[in-house]
Amino acid sequence: MLQAVGLSCRRGERRLFSDLNVKVEPGTLLAVVGENGSGKTSLLRIFSSLLPPEEGSVLWDGQDIHQLKELYAGQLTYLGHLNGIKDDLTPLENLMSATSLAGEPCSNNGAKEALEAIGLKRPIHQLPSKVLSQGQKRRVTLARLWLSTRPLWLLDEPFTSLDVASTAVVTQRLLAHVQRGGLAVLVTHQEVALPAERLQHLRLAG
Amino acid sequence: MNRSSMWEALSGIVKRDLLLAMRRRSDAAMSVFFLVIVASLFPLGVGPEPAVLRTIGPGVLWVAALLACLLSLSRVFTADYVDGALEQMVLVPQPLAVLVAGKVFAHWLISGLPVVLLSPLLGLQFGLDGAPLGVLVLSLLLGTPTLSMIGAIGAALVLGVRGSGLLVALLVLPLYVPVLIFGAGAVTGSMAGIGAEANLSLLGACLVLSLFLAPWATAAALRIALE
Repeated sequence: MLQAVGLSCRRGERRLFSDLNVKVEPGTLLAVVGENGSGKTSLLRIFSSLLPPEEGSVLWDGQDIHQLKELYAGQLTYLGHLNGIKDDLTPLENLMSATSLAGEPCSNNGAKEALEAIGLKRPIHQLPSKVLSQGQKRRVTLARLWLSTRPLWLLDEPFTSLDVASTAVVTQRLLAHVQRGGLAVLVTHQEVALPAERLQHLRLAG
Repeated sequence: MNRSSMWEALSGIVKRDLLLAMRRRSDAAMSVFFLVIVASLFPLGVGPEPAVLRTIGPGVLWVAALLACLLSLSRVFTADYVDGALEQMVLVPQPLAVLVAGKVFAHWLISGLPVVLLSPLLGLQFGLDGAPLGVLVLSLLLGTPTLSMIGAIGAALVLGVRGSGLLVALLVLPLYVPVLIFGAGAVTGSMAGIGAEANLSLLGACLVLSLFLAPWATAAALRIALE
């Protein structure tokens, strides 16, 4: 269970949010919504432990994530709004280096299947990533979700520049993840088509 | 977190960086070209007097190697910072310092090792031969990893700052000075017949110290840069 207790965040002079309390139970997804600049990405970065909160703490199964350190990183798949894709590597190499870096190395075939699951056909696997479109690059990043066995997923606007079909595929994957008892926190501007009992909204006022 | 997964992460990052360097050979070759050009221009500019060349040789080669390393420093973390791969590195279930050590090792393999391998050839241009030439190679072998290690701290500190190239030079040059003095001193000492052991031992000490401290300092700087 992921829990935020009394979180507040300040970027520069601006206070983004204060005294924020939220709880994400296993098997549910938290969709963080709000205007641009309301602190959604900052909240996700606080959840990921990249950004220390000004006040308050984030608890994973009751323990502060800044004390858990690498143990917490082992529970987590974080996909930020940057893709982390190397233009000079092929989608296959990008995916395999990303997963092995994350400590979940996958086989060549496993990576190919993940890329196909998100709709990238085999010929594309061998192209340098610089010739891919924005949406295709995003899909290479999101393919990691098919290889991740971590319980907590933190996704920053995963649907950006995805077409309707891919959005549905990713939503299906999210549903499968929460049905297995996983947790997910999503920053999004779109409605997430998940059953209401598995979905929780958090609106940041900005 | 265990030893084998740590080793996997380390070798994974080294392999990835080497693959990237292979795809962009011109970038990787830049620092080596720089070294060759500087080392070749000096004899032309100073004149072909063998005694003069022998005197300035160790210093010139060491300064050229140092500047070549400085030139390539900005590449260590910038690309990963811009495209988001650095965020992923920080959120890995391994100590960040291990990955940093891997990245610095890859940087040394790409820009430091070619310098070491080329140095005997360049040394010949300055009339170095025999024992001093061997000492030159050995001193660079001990010194260039130290330069990469120290440089990584500076490169991490200036991430995301405009005009970072100049700033990183200002930050790390004072720390490079001892390495330069010991390195060039070892070769000069060997030429003068007073032996190079003292200077080489000091270079080795610098290397051990930087291996021990630099990854942690760099990791701390990276975390600050990503906040």
